[in-house]
Amino acid sequence: MLQSFLEQSAQDHPEKVALVIDQKRYTYLELEQQSNRLAQALLQRGLERGDRVAIHLDNSLEAAVAIFAVLKAGGVFVMVNPTTKIDKLTYVLNNSRARVLIIPEKKQKNIVEHSDLLPHLKTAITVGTAAKSQEHNELQMPRFESWDQLQAEFAEHITPPAIPTISIDLAALVYTSGSTGNPKGVMLTHLNMTSAARSITTYLMNESSDIILNVLPLSFDYGLYQLLMAFRVSATLVLEKSFTYPHAVLQKIISERVTGFPLVPTMSAILLKMDLSKYDFTNLRYITNTGAALPTEHILTFRKQLPHVQIFSMYGLTECKRVSYLPLDQVDTRTDSVGIAMPDTEVFVVDDQGHRLPPEHVGELVVRGANVMQGYWESPEQTAERLKPAEIPGEMLLYTGDLFRMDREGYLYFVGRRDDIIKSRGEKVSPKEVENVLFTHEKISEAAVVGDPDPVLGQSIRAIVTLMPGEELAEKEVLAYCRKHLEDFMVPQKIEFRDELPKSPNGKIDKKQLTLP
Amino acid sequence: MSSIQSIQSDVRDFVADNFLFGEDPESLNNDDSFLETGIIDSTGVLELVAFIEDKYSVEVDDDELVPENLDSIDRLINFIESKLKELA
Repeated sequence: MLQSFLEQSAQDHPEKVALVIDQKRYTYLELEQQSNRLAQALLQRGLERGDRVAIHLDNSLEAAVAIFAVLKAGGVFVMVNPTTKIDKLTYVLNNSRARVLIIPEKKQKNIVEHSDLLPHLKTAITVGTAAKSQEHNELQMPRFESWDQLQAEFAEHITPPAIPTISIDLAALVYTSGSTGNPKGVMLTHLNMTSAARSITTYLMNESSDIILNVLPLSFDYGLYQLLMAFRVSATLVLEKSFTYPHAVLQKIISERVTGFPLVPTMSAILLKMDLSKYDFTNLRYITNTGAALPTEHILTFRKQLPHVQIFSMYGLTECKRVSYLPLDQVDTRTDSVGIAMPDTEVFVVDDQGHRLPPEHVGELVVRGANVMQGYWESPEQTAERLKPAEIPGEMLLYTGDLFRMDREGYLYFVGRRDDIIKSRGEKVSPKEVENVLFTHEKISEAAVVGDPDPVLGQSIRAIVTLMPGEELAEKEVLAYCRKHLEDFMVPQKIEFRDELPKSPNGKIDKKQLTLP
Repeated sequence: MSSIQSIQSDVRDFVADNFLFGEDPESLNNDDSFLETGIIDSTGVLELVAFIEDKYSVEVDDDELVPENLDSIDRLINFIESKLKELA
């Protein structure tokens, strides 16, 4: 079970520091006890096996505790990005039919205002010093309960509840952008997640002496796995809320003697603009990159500036967490490759009919392994596009939708996407979702969103819009509107105004004519 | 040399115009953390620094890019004041 990562570490190393947040340190025993209390509270308030619990918190002690508490109570956790706006939060809560929501106290007002739209939500747990519990009232849903008061009420309940979870039960729904514009919940079992965590910690050679610094949101699976993997090997996780202040983060690497630092290409671009020689990175053993491939010049510059640091170039997607990594001895010779299948997984490249292609041919990458998702939550059609029967009866293969080339030695090279999903900053962005927001702007008549190649973001997001007759609009105003309605990573980098958009003969916007060559 | 009041109104205007997106500027307190309220990301910090450098003709070093200097209206005002004193 996934929660055994915490339980085992708390048993073997109770006094070891598991988490460092701000200036505070929390041991494995403290985390174990806090999550046991919350798990008991959830059960006492009526959580049933398989119920979904949405966690809408930034990187914090409470977020880490909540993840394990939900698992210990037999529930399924759903992380929601802290910058997600209320409309999409409502969608996720209703789509997953979450019974419980955990939010910062300052968002309580927002939930109260939308409570009529949230028929499934029974309890909202609020985090913050001003949070207060409400009296139980059948007519008032959801019932708000304060995190601190629950911890106090269940202070004596420091042992894990006995629950009947088995490894093929769902552990999490991870929402990811879909081509329809609505996010889909990737269904992951305990076995999916423990398998992925085992493979990754194996090739990263993680040990209990590791100190991993994570600035990525826990709602992003790359960030979430830093927590899971650190706890799997009883290491220490230094959790930061963001990479907003790079200098402060780099000082943490020094003061906390950090050994592992996961990056996305945007972060490495910022790092390489700084004078890294001012920092003492003696303890840093490795950096990792995933999402878009790290640009070759970034890798070369890191190799020059930080010769003692191991660089792991990796590739993956939420639907199976991780696919491949580039072995360290290949970094200098196959710099532009994302490597080979990670331990206990198998990959191959297929043509449009699903037949395996010989080396050096471009086709869709297919993944086999215990890490492959169960499908998208209550979306059989979308699931059928990604999961297709394998040769072994009953087994499902993951069709990634990504085009790859494999060389004769089995090394993978990313070529592009099959659909129009944009991959920016390592996260998937559905053009449709951004277009839908643009359409709601009263001055915008038509909108098309495309991805442009970008050395730092992987792809940058460009919106091409036409305006209602006689209207005027500045790029800044459109961007501000997007920021108000979309998560940060979905906001376009560029808005282009045109008099009209190119159309295909049947009147649909012809995006091919809008994309860069 | 800019007075504290004019620095304060310049900084508030800049933050309201660039980061608040139509939210009531009065809702932002001078001691609210930009990080905790989620109104500024790493690109926002770079915009903020460009504004300070341009408006007050000062230079901001990499190692001054820390929350202590930049993470609220009050901190920004103090930081700008100390930068201006360095010049004086």
